Amino acid sequence: MKVSRKYIFALILSAFGAVAFAQQGNEHNHTHGEGDQHDHAHEAPAQAQQPAEAAHAHEAGAEHSGCGHPASDDPKDFNAGETAIHHIADVNAIHIFGDTYLNLPVILYAKGHGWKLSSTAIFHAHHHGNGTVAQDGYVLVHGSVMRVQDPAFPMGEVKVSEPTHDVVKTDKGKEKIIYYVQANGVCYTLDAKTTFDGGLMGGGVTSFYDFSITRNVFTMLLTFLLLFLLLRAAARAYASRPGQAPKGIQNFFEPFITFIRDDVAKPNIGPNYERYMPYLLSAFFFILGLNLIGQIPFFPGSANVTGNISVTMVLALITFLIVSFSGNANYWKHIFAMPGVPKPLLIILTPVEILGAILKPFTLMLRLFANITAGHIVIISFVSLIFIFTNKFGAGTGTAIGAAASIPLTLFMMALELLVAFLQAFIFTMLSATYIGSAIEEHHH
Amino acid sequence: MLFLADFSVIKPEPGLLFWTTLIFIAFWFIMSKFAFKPIMQGLKQRELDIQGALDEAKKAREEMSHLMSQNEALLAQAREERAGILKEAKEAKEQIIAEAKERANAEYKRKVESAIQDIENQKLAAMVDLKNKAGQLSIDIAEKILRKELSDKTAQDSLAKSLAESSSLS
Repeated sequence: MKVSRKYIFALILSAFGAVAFAQQGNEHNHTHGEGDQHDHAHEAPAQAQQPAEAAHAHEAGAEHSGCGHPASDDPKDFNAGETAIHHIADVNAIHIFGDTYLNLPVILYAKGHGWKLSSTAIFHAHHHGNGTVAQDGYVLVHGSVMRVQDPAFPMGEVKVSEPTHDVVKTDKGKEKIIYYVQANGVCYTLDAKTTFDGGLMGGGVTSFYDFSITRNVFTMLLTFLLLFLLLRAAARAYASRPGQAPKGIQNFFEPFITFIRDDVAKPNIGPNYERYMPYLLSAFFFILGLNLIGQIPFFPGSANVTGNISVTMVLALITFLIVSFSGNANYWKHIFAMPGVPKPLLIILTPVEILGAILKPFTLMLRLFANITAGHIVIISFVSLIFIFTNKFGAGTGTAIGAAASIPLTLFMMALELLVAFLQAFIFTMLSATYIGSAIEEHHH
Repeated sequence: MLFLADFSVIKPEPGLLFWTTLIFIAFWFIMSKFAFKPIMQGLKQRELDIQGALDEAKKAREEMSHLMSQNEALLAQAREERAGILKEAKEAKEQIIAEAKERANAEYKRKVESAIQDIENQKLAAMVDLKNKAGQLSIDIAEKILRKELSDKTAQDSLAKSLAESSSLS
């Protein structure tokens, strides 16, 4: 197999991904440093509440109730980072404009309570996507469903206050945001939904699981439908106009399909490429569609789907499974007992090879996730310049300066992200094909 | 800087994992069946058609050039044959002319010879005739002379005497 420039290109991209991550790590450490200032020795998951303790370390705001701080409505408190983080997150209710939300189905499971199937409409969300009522202990915070930790919390509909939050340190030394709501004058700690990061990223198994149709799931379904209609129309044209020159939508999709076939599958997989074409095309169009829809800055776009590690994890895992199940004897032999290598050396080489086989899909997962998330964050940050300058220099000149800086930068970034949308879809497909190719390659020694 | 603690996109969520798996696998199978496979098939078919058309055109072109070269050969052959025929005709013509000349010459000779013969014969006949006439004339003249000379008795006697002398001498 030729070691082409494509590999070098992919390598550079991986390096970029790694740099992005390293920066994130730094940021994280940085926050740690700051977090130490308001370390309340909270044990997470905390007990029902420790409002008194939480309160004293903070400069008491006007609305401080001893139960975390409320999200500020004051434009002076605008935080670009926080805004970006909220925008890229997956949510249960989609914000359309103003206080209008698209309510989506919620499918929740809590131990001891069982399944709850409903819609986000039951939370009566108003601004910021915060619900005004708790339903069976579930509340809506920034568009996401959370659950009151206290099992004694009354079931059914309970009026709750605006949620408040606080940053605490877990026993593992990680930072964590704890949200609270008040109901009947009592402060309750909220649990976020269960995540499978093992507490490494501040999540973990909590009191409930969320299997809802979230914004990301909704966007995936929408992309699926859109791509199905478009590609089905193209596919029909081949049947309805056989032996004729391609026309319209056929011409639009054909270059992509022939590109994946002739420049991705054929050179990397070899003569048996046809078996893998449906997967490669599915991965390419699925990622590309989601990337592009995510770029639309308003409903029904803007969802950061391919920038969510759950999504890229599934895609990378499927590539990994295909590679593993397609791998021939040669492939496995090269991993577990590299031929022509002295036995003692295998003690070192075999773990490295096994690690390599696992790292391949891992990098697939991280590369796509990091690139798309970074793109979303940068665009939101550039848009935020308008608000930052407005805060700094006032509504007139500040806004003008902010807009003058923001518009060209955002435009540039949008254009770059358009390229990245195609590039990342291509890279994912390309590397998947490379891994499959290396697993089914016949070695001739 | 509390926002990084809320960086939720890096936490794998069971719900999203479940739905992504479900949706992507459904996407994979449905799109394969209804879009990618028919498109791939269509593309392949078209490529085969184009290749077939190209091959056919090439074949036709080859056949054409083959036919042309055949024509050329036929023409050359025809030209050669024509030249041969012309040459033969010329030869035949010359031969015929030569033969005719020869025959004409022979005839002419024969005719001349027969004419000479005729003339000779005529000449002989004329000579014979002339001799006959001259003989007759000399006889007639001799008769007339005799008649005149022998009209008196003395002449008759002298003749008889000379005759008798000549006969007695012999």
